[in-house]
Amino acid sequence: MAPDVTARRWLSAAARWETGLAVLLLLIVVLGAAASPQFLTTSNLFNLLVTSGEVAIMALPMTLIIISGEIDLSVASILGMSSALLGYLWSIHWPMLAIFAVLVLLGAVAGLVNGLLVTRLGLPSLAVTIGTLALYRGIALMILGPKTISNFPAPYNTIGVIAVPHTDIPWSMAIFVVLAVISGVVLHATATGRSLYAMGASPEAALFSGIRVKRIKTILFVVSGVVCSLAGVLWTFRLATAVQNNGLGLELNVVAVVLLAGVSIFGGKGSIGGVVLAVLAFAGLANALLLTNFNQEATGIVFGAVLLISVFAPNAGALWARLGRLRKHQRPVRPARQ
Amino acid sequence: MRSRPTTKRALLVPLVLLAVSSVLAACSSTGGSSSSGGSSSAGSLKTGLKVFVIPKNLGNPYFTLADSVKTSGALAALKKLGETGSETSGTAATPASQIPAIQAAITKGANALIVSATDASALCPTLKAAMQKGITVVTYDSDAPACRDLFINQASTPAIGTSEVDLLAKQLHDAGDIGIVSAAASATNQNAWIKYMKQELTKFPKMHLVSTVYGNDDPTTATQVTQGLLQQHPTIKGIISPTTVGVLAAAQVLDTPKYRGKVALTGLGTPGSLKKYVEDGTIKSFELWNPANLGYLAAYAAVNVASKKITNAQGQSFSAGKLGKYTVGAGHSVLLGPPLVFTKSNINNFNWGF
Repeated sequence: MAPDVTARRWLSAAARWETGLAVLLLLIVVLGAAASPQFLTTSNLFNLLVTSGEVAIMALPMTLIIISGEIDLSVASILGMSSALLGYLWSIHWPMLAIFAVLVLLGAVAGLVNGLLVTRLGLPSLAVTIGTLALYRGIALMILGPKTISNFPAPYNTIGVIAVPHTDIPWSMAIFVVLAVISGVVLHATATGRSLYAMGASPEAALFSGIRVKRIKTILFVVSGVVCSLAGVLWTFRLATAVQNNGLGLELNVVAVVLLAGVSIFGGKGSIGGVVLAVLAFAGLANALLLTNFNQEATGIVFGAVLLISVFAPNAGALWARLGRLRKHQRPVRPARQ
Repeated sequence: MRSRPTTKRALLVPLVLLAVSSVLAACSSTGGSSSSGGSSSAGSLKTGLKVFVIPKNLGNPYFTLADSVKTSGALAALKKLGETGSETSGTAATPASQIPAIQAAITKGANALIVSATDASALCPTLKAAMQKGITVVTYDSDAPACRDLFINQASTPAIGTSEVDLLAKQLHDAGDIGIVSAAASATNQNAWIKYMKQELTKFPKMHLVSTVYGNDDPTTATQVTQGLLQQHPTIKGIISPTTVGVLAAAQVLDTPKYRGKVALTGLGTPGSLKKYVEDGTIKSFELWNPANLGYLAAYAAVNVASKKITNAQGQSFSAGKLGKYTVGAGHSVLLGPPLVFTKSNINNFNWGF
């Protein structure tokens, strides 16, 4: 390999989004550890991870869907619907294994409805999943009403305080790691994964190059539904509570994590590595702010600023150039569209 | 950046803003101090204890009154006793938002937790873990019966439920359809009060509860569900909202010529926020205990238990400073006293600042 090529590779790696995120994460860890002696203790890291488990898990299929040029805003409602059905079936004495089977089916059907409406009727996924966001939450309310079910047996409802045996890793985070590896392999090492980027970057080109766009997108929505249903089970057991409003509004946290991960909201760009880093960065920041004596009003400002900077930073060069042109009173060759 | 149809972009801008605001809403924090605690003083109550006051959520005026130093709430009592008190919680009144704050308090080496439970069961694994570490757990305002040492009860549950129905019945002359605007569907205290409201309503055969709606202690949601309730049931003559956020939202909805004087409202409210509506006739009477006294009592109880001066057994008694002597009752609970009823004639005596 020629030396200049190696140098260029190093440069492009340094300029990559994930590198910036890794630096941000490192900064959070160093500052967190400096500010609070408890930050890096095992029990605190457990709490830090267990709190973000469900959002992390739901962010994986969301990443694939957004890369393919679509979005799924019904994720938190599927979580709520799954939680409500889990509580209801347990309250009428179903065996847990049968309930799990039903919940997988529920997630698959919920995702299939999204997928078919988007791919077969050609409706925009933003509109479809805002619709099913309300629909699935409504079904959750129908299933459970105002009731709270909490008499789950101990091995299940201690999932929020007990780690995977012989480790200090919460169950939800272990599941996230497994799912992240699977998602990473699918997205970055298979033809299907590459076709997702193609669909997001140029839908027409993807279609005409023979990619089965509709089938793949439908499968993505189904997978998202099943994963969110699983997240509903984890959420229910972590909080030892099945209630219809479980996870209300969580879809926006999921989208926020995916955006921080550097996934383009317009599709065609992003990586699973970025999502893993973004999950850890969000979880670490939230925990560090809780442990230090941070002003409560200012925590929101910190989160907002981090997210806005993450949106702004990659476009900073282009914005600076445009500012320069404006100063010289020169019109750009082509007027900018945005 | 590649160019795309502007309509999609126009839809995405509010979405991204929503995503940002959700992150703002999801994070939480604490204000506190880090002195190490647990030394004995002459009065046999330990000083320098790390006590964390953990309301259902931050930014809720009710808990601000119950907890803060300025209002002589829990933190004022802790300061007076020489403890290191701090308030922490999530920004949303849900277990998912509150639990990380409790975990952080445990991690920071708390000696006692004073918690208003967002859910009776969801908090249990976390609170039990605290108790196993020898941390005193006292609940106030909303209980988690299976996993605390003591509950500081603001008012007996039957008294709140029945007295609110009685207040409304007096205004409606014992007849008419009514609705309830509650907080979260899972809130322990709300559901207990509603149970006694339903029981009390059997004494008024001409009054019918047509619907219970849930505002989640969020002003926007509470306003929407109140409007929905009135539109869906135009026959409604009265509303009970046993939550300060809900009753204020309902008062704002009812404060129009269409409803004022035609739909009665009562519930649990703060005198400052409802004064305007009592004066213009939207509300005739409502009630509340003194939240600052509740926090103050909870602080004294927590410090007494954490100092091992009392146990949580029935019959144990302790001094709660300016509030006098209290005794632990049945179910390891301490009762603050009867609720206060606010009307046009006394509302100006309570200057709580909100």
